[in-house]
Amino acid sequence: MDPHRLWAMARKEWIQLRRDPRSMILAFVLPLFLLLFFGYAITWDVDDIPVAVVDLDRTAASRELAEAFVASGYFTVVEQLDSERSAERALVLEEVKGVLTVPAGYERDLRAGRGADVQLLLDGSDANTATIAQNYADAIVGRHALRAALGGREVTPPIRLEPRTWYNPDLESRHMIVPGLVAVIMSIIAAMLTALTIAREWERGTMEQLAATPVGRLEVVLGKLLPYLGIGLFDVAITVAAGIAIFGTPLNGSILLLAVMTFLFLVGALGLGIFISAAVKSQVLATQVAMVATYLPALLLSGFLFDIASMPRFLQGVTFLVPARYFVTVTRGIFLKGVGVGVLWPQALLMLGYAALGLGLAARVFKKELRG
Amino acid sequence: MNEERKLSLLRIRRMVVKEIRQLLRDPMSKRMIFGAPIIQLLLFGYAVNTDVRNVSTFLVDHDRTSESRRLVDAFTASGYFRVIGRSDDPRALASALDHGDAKVGLEIPVGYAADLAAGRGAAVQLVVDGANSNTATVAAGYAAKIAQELGTRVAARSGTPVPGGVELHSRAWFNPSLESRVYNVPAVIGVIVLLMCLLLTALAVVRERELGTLDQLRVSPLTPAELILSKTIPVALVGLVDMGLITIVARLWFDVPFRGGPLDLLPAAILYILAGLAVGLLISTWSRTQQEAFMTMFLFLLPAIILSGFFYPISSMPTGFRWMTLLNPVRHFLEVVRAVFLKGEGVAGLWTQHLALAAIAAGAMTVAVRRFARSNAD
Repeated sequence: MDPHRLWAMARKEWIQLRRDPRSMILAFVLPLFLLLFFGYAITWDVDDIPVAVVDLDRTAASRELAEAFVASGYFTVVEQLDSERSAERALVLEEVKGVLTVPAGYERDLRAGRGADVQLLLDGSDANTATIAQNYADAIVGRHALRAALGGREVTPPIRLEPRTWYNPDLESRHMIVPGLVAVIMSIIAAMLTALTIAREWERGTMEQLAATPVGRLEVVLGKLLPYLGIGLFDVAITVAAGIAIFGTPLNGSILLLAVMTFLFLVGALGLGIFISAAVKSQVLATQVAMVATYLPALLLSGFLFDIASMPRFLQGVTFLVPARYFVTVTRGIFLKGVGVGVLWPQALLMLGYAALGLGLAARVFKKELRG
Repeated sequence: MNEERKLSLLRIRRMVVKEIRQLLRDPMSKRMIFGAPIIQLLLFGYAVNTDVRNVSTFLVDHDRTSESRRLVDAFTASGYFRVIGRSDDPRALASALDHGDAKVGLEIPVGYAADLAAGRGAAVQLVVDGANSNTATVAAGYAAKIAQELGTRVAARSGTPVPGGVELHSRAWFNPSLESRVYNVPAVIGVIVLLMCLLLTALAVVRERELGTLDQLRVSPLTPAELILSKTIPVALVGLVDMGLITIVARLWFDVPFRGGPLDLLPAAILYILAGLAVGLLISTWSRTQQEAFMTMFLFLLPAIILSGFFYPISSMPTGFRWMTLLNPVRHFLEVVRAVFLKGEGVAGLWTQHLALAAIAAGAMTVAVRRFARSNAD
């Protein structure tokens, strides 16, 4: 391997890349766009759930209960209705997500110590929001009931659960999104950019010219990899900086470790992209294969948005083949948990193996092509 | 001149038959048209799951009494928590959370049972991994409920006068067992059909342009309008067939309830597919190569899916994004599919969505046809 030739190869690739506006947009604009878009638009935080209240009791006690719902900040009462029928109508029309019904005789039952029943009817179609709403409502009613029954005296519940949230104390979905997004963006960029690189040479007929030069296959692969690696590292740097500056995501771990891990991941992802490109030889097909093989799994099977633990067994097995899965664990670990190599070494090893595999495959498929 | 401008139904029919034959002859494209949507449905249908069950829990029980065991049993019996490890050392708990082995840690202090028996109220620590904020919120909610219920039971048993409390009876309509799949699988159908429409129009038209077969058609007696119709009708048909196919698979395989009438989905499906075709045609006019078409498609799809309410409730988005979703055909269609599947709603109850879809389809189609006719005229 000759560093001179390697450098020449990398320079050629960079010049070619610079002249292709779409690739440049992909490389430099898309990451920030994605970050801002995902960061602002995606939030799972459930508050201000619109509910209707059907108060058939119309007493001070029933009003207090409704007020407790509003005071919690999780619910907004958008309607006061007189009949359950009209409330159910509002639910069907999606004007509200829930209906709280306080039956007649609520205050009387409460005062008599008989225990009173209230009803919460939820729109269960969005199961996630409904579950969260139900939990909030349970907590509100539970607290309120104790107070109401004891005439406003504060009481301690028999078992007091003291919840503490680690890593993301305010439970902001943004802080969950940003580190994962770094991994997803890198998967997209790496695959989409490199998918074209060798297929383009084949389609334009420059592959034969390249074969006629003294450049070796490893030099071609590495030379093609270098510019993209540079772009990838740059992208990660700006995405991380923007995530911290704009969304206030804490970077609790070592930035150096993040850089090293990113490097490992990128080499693997780029190598795989080059392999796909060399294997299918057509730019169109290469992009599509890259998309299907890397982007979608990175989005859906990496644990970025959907917990891997909730997937069925066989799909959990599939996620082990998705390199983004390891990288998401790494970025979340470094950003939010602030953990180091002591925890992340299995991921590091797997990504290293994956990088070796990516490069090896790329170099091999190349050798065959140049001979044939 | 006027004679030529008129649409010839015969020519369109012949072209449509030719296009469909072409689509079905190629085994690769046949697989893409009928196989890929089903595979995607199965994959996404399983992956897109936000149910929180069997949360891996690490237990540190300093108390070791029957009372503390009762608390742990209440956690595991709920089905929401699964104890994956236990230790006497709180550091083991921290390590389990750091490694991601456990998402929740439960620490019961010494004297828990004694406090409870004395009626002083006992405190229990719950540590939640907030890295996945959604799972954490839901899990913490379940834990609070379990502790509250057990607390009331314990107090009642020990004879402490428990005043008659308020009991909340929750019922969830449309999806009583609160499974996220029931909500997400219908949405997956919308996304897959859109993807199919875009691929078949944008990529197919650009490929013909690259191959030069579009030029051949231009010298044929086909008018631009006939050309557009003959390119879009087959795709629309394929889209409808796909929609029916994956709806059936969703119903049978994922057991998602389909409460509406079989034809309730049809009007919205046609409008939605038309909108998808229009976008596909538009993309084809912007792209010279298939490569460019693919990238443009990608740049359209990503925001379209995020701003559709597929994964994230639109109501939690900032106002600006909420307004943007109104222009998004995917948003309106997802509302229709979900309502037809889960609520058995018909066209009458969903007329606003249909109106919006019609407006978007008409608008996009007008622009697309104009641009397409122009780009093929010169």
